[in-house]
Amino acid sequence: MTQLRIQRALDARNRFHSQRLKAPETYHRTLISRTQLNTVRGKRLYWIALTVALALATLVFIGPLFWMATGGFKTSQELVRNPPVLLPAHPSTHAFNLAWNRLGMAQLLWNTIVYAGGALAFQLIFCVTAAYSLSKLRPIFGNWILGLMLASMMIPAAALVIPQYLTVLDLPLVHWNLQNTPWVIWLPTVANAFNVFLLKRFFDSIPNDLLDAAAVDGAGPLRTLWRIVLPLSRPILGVISIFAVVAVWKDFLWPLITVPAHETLNVGVNTAATSMPDNALVGGLFLASIPTIVLFLIFQRNIMSGLTAGAVKG
Amino acid sequence: MAYALATERLHDGTERSTGRSSWKALRRAAGRNLRAHAFLFGALVCFALFTWYPMVREIIMSFQRVHRGQTTWVGLGNYRQITADPEFWQAWRNTAEFTALALVFGFAAPFCVAIVVNEFRHAQGYLRILVYLPVMLPPVAGILLFKYFMDPGFGLFNQALHFLHLPRSQWLASKSSSMPSLVVVSTWSNMGTATLVYLAALQGIPGDLYEAAELDGCNVLQRIRHVTIPQTRLILSLMAMLQIVATMQMFTEAFVLTGGGPEGSTTTVVYLLYNYAFSYNKFNTAAALGVIMLLVLACFSAIYIVLERRGSED
Repeated sequence: MTQLRIQRALDARNRFHSQRLKAPETYHRTLISRTQLNTVRGKRLYWIALTVALALATLVFIGPLFWMATGGFKTSQELVRNPPVLLPAHPSTHAFNLAWNRLGMAQLLWNTIVYAGGALAFQLIFCVTAAYSLSKLRPIFGNWILGLMLASMMIPAAALVIPQYLTVLDLPLVHWNLQNTPWVIWLPTVANAFNVFLLKRFFDSIPNDLLDAAAVDGAGPLRTLWRIVLPLSRPILGVISIFAVVAVWKDFLWPLITVPAHETLNVGVNTAATSMPDNALVGGLFLASIPTIVLFLIFQRNIMSGLTAGAVKG
Repeated sequence: MAYALATERLHDGTERSTGRSSWKALRRAAGRNLRAHAFLFGALVCFALFTWYPMVREIIMSFQRVHRGQTTWVGLGNYRQITADPEFWQAWRNTAEFTALALVFGFAAPFCVAIVVNEFRHAQGYLRILVYLPVMLPPVAGILLFKYFMDPGFGLFNQALHFLHLPRSQWLASKSSSMPSLVVVSTWSNMGTATLVYLAALQGIPGDLYEAAELDGCNVLQRIRHVTIPQTRLILSLMAMLQIVATMQMFTEAFVLTGGGPEGSTTTVVYLLYNYAFSYNKFNTAAALGVIMLLVLACFSAIYIVLERRGSED
């Protein structure tokens, strides 16, 4: 009897605590008020709407991925059957093997990683030092240079492709031909006014007193940048890194014309698309999608917060 | 401390010599400037090589023609040639059609999705991930996928239409439906970015505005019209401008899916630029087209910048 009572008391305490722990969700009023939602009818409508939205979103955004993944396990006939087959009758990895070998997927992946990694490194080094110089070292003509950089944001990338292409074929003064070398991907990505601008704004918000203190302690600008500014700028560096990698991964026109001999994943898949059996191509598409999807699932919080930080510029 | 004696203010650039040994101060200032420019050097070279120089070169190129290695000035010859090409006007019409359609769909869809998702108290994170997932796919993978969905014979879209007793569509294979089909592809793969930006904007709307509107007797649609839209107007117009500039440069979708066809119905301006340069080998005419494109898009970019400036003043 006492045992039961103790048990009940414990249960009650646990309930109380779990409520306390769960509770302090800040209520932010949106379009539809919470009182309206808390009526029986409101609740029912809410759950119906949520279920429909979840089902629809899953179908629209995961459905194609699912189709792609299962498509690689199907035979070509199964893939194009009418009505469609949900799951393959005799799943086989043959198509994935074929796609991997025929596309030279390993090589394509490696190329893309090299391009993206190099672009990331160059952007981190050159954009950061440039923004630091413009923000804190304040060289003469600095504002003019920043203005010129920002003005280039008005130029649509596609409109400049022709002269850029001719420039990398024969670099002025030194007459190097960069075609089919990674440099042709790496260097132009540094000329990213948005990065410089974002970094400069962030550096502007770092108090000068900190840097003065470092200067008094005898630190040169490079040391100050490395030991004080960079550790404070981790969030913005993360944002820039992600976008640098994703931009290279997603680019199509520029690698198509400048590195035809060492194709990126995008270009390579497109080139091989016409000469592959359907199921191998679909499997190949899935394989090509895996790296960025994994990247996204790992970094999704940073990616999404960086996106809004970059766009809203609060 | 000697440093602090000779000059005032370290980091704001307006340092003045305090009079003592002004020659020394001048030399120090020159040294500081040199060092600051050294930090700028990498980015400056990249901007010069891949943005500023190509920009100038494109304009010069557009007035020249190259014949057997001989460069001659032809004045407006290239411009006359390109505007005389019926493909030119066709390409602009196609691009305008794509941009207009993409604005209607690609603009309305993310906004509606954001409004609906913002109302949910559950699964918001999941929905956000879902919507953003296609953005992270390599574009060619996302685009080629639709080749299968939009196949007039066995494609899933037509099977779905058939299931719903709706008329089948030719999708990419017919002149009238090819552009709308590309808009579907492009909206699916790009709407995630806009949705997340809108979601962030919606979360910034003060709840009491809705409260007040509700007390004044506004229903849900009126609340959207009188509260949600005015409160997000700035972001909406910025995103519209960004989207216009981005969609007018559409290339990958058309290149991968339709090759500009059928009957030139999906040859966009960038596609024509690509054709002139890399199929017809007329780089100078392509440069003239680039300059025209630049001027048109720069107008939109200018509007964007004005809007943004006004936005940051608020």
